[in-house]
Amino acid sequence: MSDITATDAVPSAPRKGSLLEQDARTKRRNAAETRFKMYGIIAVTLGILALVMLVVSIVSNGASAFQQTYITLEVDLPEDRLDPEGNRNRDQMARVSTFGYGPLIGEAMEAQIAALGIEIEELGNPGDIVSKEAPAQLRNFVLANPDVVGSTVTFEFLANGRIDGYMKDRVTRATALLDKNVSPAQLDLTDALGEAGVLEKRFNWAFITAPDASGQRPEAAGLGVAIVGSFYMMLVVLILALPIGVAASIYLEEFAPKNRFTDLIEVNIANLAAVPSIVFGILGLAIFINFAGLPQSAPIVGGLVLTLMTLPTIIIATRASLKSVPPSIREAALGVGASKMQTVFHHVLPLAAPGILTGTIIGLAQALGETAPLLLIGMVAFVREFPAGPPEGFFDPASALPVQVYNWTQRSDPAFVERASGAIIVLLIFLVIMNAIAILLRRRFERRW
Amino acid sequence: MPTLWLVLIILALAAVGYVVGRQRALASSGGNAKLLHSLPSYYGANVSFAVIIPAIGLLILWLLVQPAWIQNRVADMIPEGAIPEGATLGLVMSDVERVATGLNLAVEQGAMSEEDASSIRTEFTDVRQRLGEVGVALGSNVDAPVLRAAQRYREMSATGNTWMTVAVLAAALFGFVSSLAVTKAGFRARNTVERVILIMLMVAASIAVLTTLGIVLSMLFETRNFFQQYPWTSFFFGLEWAPDFRGNSNLSIIPLLWGTLYISFIALLVAVPIGLFAAIYMSEYAGPRVRSVAKPLIEILAGIPTIVYGLFALITVGPLLRDYFAMPMGLGESASSVATAGVVMGIMLIPFVSSLSDDIINAVPQAMRDGSFGLGATHSETIRQVVVPAALPGIVGAILLAASRAIGETMIVVLGAGAAAAQFDRGLGELVNPFEAMTTVTVKIVSQLTGDTDFAAPETLVAFALGLTLFVITLGLNVLALYIVRKYREQYE
Repeated sequence: MSDITATDAVPSAPRKGSLLEQDARTKRRNAAETRFKMYGIIAVTLGILALVMLVVSIVSNGASAFQQTYITLEVDLPEDRLDPEGNRNRDQMARVSTFGYGPLIGEAMEAQIAALGIEIEELGNPGDIVSKEAPAQLRNFVLANPDVVGSTVTFEFLANGRIDGYMKDRVTRATALLDKNVSPAQLDLTDALGEAGVLEKRFNWAFITAPDASGQRPEAAGLGVAIVGSFYMMLVVLILALPIGVAASIYLEEFAPKNRFTDLIEVNIANLAAVPSIVFGILGLAIFINFAGLPQSAPIVGGLVLTLMTLPTIIIATRASLKSVPPSIREAALGVGASKMQTVFHHVLPLAAPGILTGTIIGLAQALGETAPLLLIGMVAFVREFPAGPPEGFFDPASALPVQVYNWTQRSDPAFVERASGAIIVLLIFLVIMNAIAILLRRRFERRW
Repeated sequence: MPTLWLVLIILALAAVGYVVGRQRALASSGGNAKLLHSLPSYYGANVSFAVIIPAIGLLILWLLVQPAWIQNRVADMIPEGAIPEGATLGLVMSDVERVATGLNLAVEQGAMSEEDASSIRTEFTDVRQRLGEVGVALGSNVDAPVLRAAQRYREMSATGNTWMTVAVLAAALFGFVSSLAVTKAGFRARNTVERVILIMLMVAASIAVLTTLGIVLSMLFETRNFFQQYPWTSFFFGLEWAPDFRGNSNLSIIPLLWGTLYISFIALLVAVPIGLFAAIYMSEYAGPRVRSVAKPLIEILAGIPTIVYGLFALITVGPLLRDYFAMPMGLGESASSVATAGVVMGIMLIPFVSSLSDDIINAVPQAMRDGSFGLGATHSETIRQVVVPAALPGIVGAILLAASRAIGETMIVVLGAGAAAAQFDRGLGELVNPFEAMTTVTVKIVSQLTGDTDFAAPETLVAFALGLTLFVITLGLNVLALYIVRKYREQYE
């Protein structure tokens, strides 16, 4: 029992005056009471305020990542420059590098400006407001459709990151003066093109589907590879952690004798749940990569590490839901002659399934947001190629959503802050969906005995 | 034969085994299932298990052992003189492996015939160029011994794979035949199958132990390597952290530990009062409606990934603290600082402290509160003098758990705290300035182990020693906290 220290209580003198009037001491005590309650309200408010600030900060920084500025241009594709041999042979056309395509875009831009009658001084090369990604984009298109050579095609190019920033109010004329990558003249051109409808801001699907891009072209960077990588890892976690976790819980809850070994397992599970995630990364690096020789940056290694991290969560949830199945069910099954194993697999497990599923989804959601261990197993690498389909794809290099966020925060171009926040929004949307499914499952199937 | 195909064949055989075993059992009782000891499906499952378990077990074992064995044999082929100055046998062996994969690829793509691949000699062909054509880039020219070793490596892996296929299929077939042989009406199929399942469940449960073992062993092994190259006294008692990949580094844990503990301290300074008061308010004062809204809202904070908090620190809290506190007070100009990481980590820990304390406060028996009210105490006096003292051990446990979280947290400090280690020779002022950038144990583990790492250098291996220290500290805190919490719970049950 707690030992309440008896403060030296002085018996108070008989009370004078009206009972309805508070004396000084009562007032003080009541004031203390109100203060104490206020502290509680302040604490709760601070907690909620922190949540609101967090969400507002991420959303206000990242919402613009879902919009992107595009420039529509009509590009001439002259045969003498793109296909000198004139036979539309893809291999021979591939000898023209992206540098051969760059001037075409500049010329198309000049033609467009002339057609619109825009005149701006000190503009330099007007093609510079188009993304550096554009020549590659054009080249891929031409190589995929060799027949367009010699004609004029209408093409949509990404605008340069700074121009995009101007459209999103991140870049202003004042900052443009200090920035060697963009000039106020280019911003004038942007305004003029915007009025003419050549340049516009639209929803940015490429942000979700495109692979990452290098540090100089934030406008082209997307989450495609990261989403695929995260999806593969979640698949590995689901395939491994669910059966192993359920099997372990069944053993511990239904079969394990009370002995040293069982105690050891119990203590281990409790501790694993609290081991810092970075330690799991060290484990993955030492065992899966250095010892077992699995490839770096591969979703399979990430999946294995996350499986080990998720197991305690799934085991704890599964055991709770196995425990909540009333003993009468087991006794009834045993009573009609089922073996212990049949009782568990035919009756207890199906009844516990909703709880297990909920726990698994919550465990997966945790794993999806985990970053630190993935940094150590090489998922930070710059990956532009989409991994192959499963099962080979599990061994191909890939990125992961939270790691992509980390990657983008490490780049110098300020446009990547917007990308990172946008990636967080995507990540949070996935988490909200997963948690909502878990809550729905619980509401729909949870049974109170 | 590719491993995937082998697995598929085994699974197909198991499926066939299920059907055949079932039918054989039924046939042995003349089609009357009542005469069987177990349900017919158990006889089928018994055959399936007998096919799958030995075959897959052998396959996994073989896949684990074969590369190591071949490497050992091939390493013997490389003479002492073939190892260039400054390289190790391990580096040469990885070259051998790369050449072998290159040859395989070349054969696969038809750039080389099978005979060519096993007979080319460095004297006649530029192997590096030939392999470059198929997309295998080699760092240096291929020596004759390396090429011969690679060819031997290929040969041995090919033979090994053939033998593996034969052995695994033989194991599967043996299981198939032997289990069918015992399938008779009197055979206790259910007992056998259930015993096998029980063993599988047990193995699954042991994975937790294996994981812990794996963590401890992998770190112990590399930490031993580290301490062979770097004196442990300097690691634990030195005062400077200055890694230098050209050698002569100072790798002491003290500056990192200082940063870790300082940031954790600030985090607890934020999280404990807010979390505790929130818990008290929600369990003692709030009505059910407020509670049902506020509690889940605060607990959302616990479900947010740490990378989100990291970004929050980097783009919002850091600049905010710098512009409104550090710069006006002249305490620093860095956005990443102890205070940034500490405050954000504190926010992360609020739900952790509040929900644990909430449980513990709710566990205090109502009779104690009633007694206090009966003596005329106000609500807050009851809480301060009865409820909190009674719940104190549990609350201390919760705080210890939160502290262990804070010490092991990585992403928030990576993005919010900075990369420079605390410098003890610059005086106390900089050490305790909360607006100074400071780094932690976890940040340094990340920075020493990402990128190109050389697992022979102490600058890389130190990460394992740091990891082990971190593991021991957090484990100690957790065990202590769990012990206190459990002890306390027993008190009122």
